[in-house]
Amino acid sequence: MIRARKLGKRFGDKRVLRGLDFDLAPGGFAVVTGPNGCGKTTLLRICAGLAVPSEGTIDVDAPRAAIGYLAHDPLVYRELTALENLDLYGRLYRVPERRERIGMLLERFGLWDARHQRVASYSRGMTQRLALCRVLLHGPELLVLDEPYSALDAAGAELLDAQLDELHGDKTLLVSTHDPGRVAPFATAQIALA
Amino acid sequence: MNYVADVRALARKDLLLELRARDTLPAMLLFVVATFVVFHFSLPAHSSQLAASGLLWVAIVFTALLGLGRAFVPEREQHVLDGLVLAPCDRSAIWLAKGIATFAFLGAAEVVALPVFALFFHGIGIATVAAVVLADVGICAVGTFLGAMAVATRARDLLLPLLFLPLAIPIVVGGVGASVVSSPGRYIWFLALYDVVFGVLCWATFEYVVTE
Repeated sequence: MIRARKLGKRFGDKRVLRGLDFDLAPGGFAVVTGPNGCGKTTLLRICAGLAVPSEGTIDVDAPRAAIGYLAHDPLVYRELTALENLDLYGRLYRVPERRERIGMLLERFGLWDARHQRVASYSRGMTQRLALCRVLLHGPELLVLDEPYSALDAAGAELLDAQLDELHGDKTLLVSTHDPGRVAPFATAQIALA
Repeated sequence: MNYVADVRALARKDLLLELRARDTLPAMLLFVVATFVVFHFSLPAHSSQLAASGLLWVAIVFTALLGLGRAFVPEREQHVLDGLVLAPCDRSAIWLAKGIATFAFLGAAEVVALPVFALFFHGIGIATVAAVVLADVGICAVGTFLGAMAVATRARDLLLPLLFLPLAIPIVVGGVGASVVSSPGRYIWFLALYDVVFGVLCWATFEYVVTE
């Protein structure tokens, strides 16, 4: 699904990735680890198609419509409700039976009762749950998740565990985390950045 | 059909955001009316109609600039532009939808501004109204394109006027010309040509503005 060779990225004089090689097969689950500033987010942005490498090559065998990207920011509008945000993305991704799918995800992530509230009134954890709903909405084949447990409470983290358990093996996942032990049961590979 | 549906969904979202936040239109209205009041008292008595027509176009361009500066703020705040860019729709739909929303805000501001101008200075003919509509199209096409370009930079508040004002000069030339001459046809056509040329250019190249 992803094949990277001699991958490098620099921002001006600062080099954040250098000579990175890895393969991620379809159905694989790769965990990206490393200290702050080592390039985890940059690597994930390259894999999602939001950034281009300065050196080397990367082949991602998935069209844009088949990629789900969870960023540090939730990528949702604060002045729209959860329902309106997901409806917009559902339209853009041409999700079949959009309303049913949105309802199912909001129920699953415990946001159904807050569906008509503006995201600006959400806590950080609720916003992260909504971001996860956005990522899963179109049923992507490749999920690129940047610190997915960030801001989630214990119940939210358990929901995500269950979701990852359901997805692993069937979908391809690239997940960055500071807590690799949390996703160790699902991981098939580790990319340790220094 | 998908393209039209994408544009509609994105433009509807922009109108909804403005309805909720009321960040842009009230500021544009206040600015344009305040500008006319200032011009009214700063122009010497018995100034020519030509001078007043020029001021109309100055006010329109700077009011538009105010709206354009706000156009991509919701996308910048939560980096939502990344989410839109990743969506499988044609990326020019983002530009077109944003341009339509900005056109609606600018048009709404002008619905108030033109009668206020007529009250303070002189009446406005049909040629001026046609020129304003055509100018709005060009302003929104070019301004939205440059707004997306500027939003990715740290100097966005400085960059947008620096890029936009030189490109707005032909619009001002065409607009003033259409407002003051007795046969404004060629100025109207000039504005229409500007809209077509810059509209096509922006539509075709927007993808490169929002991708790295």
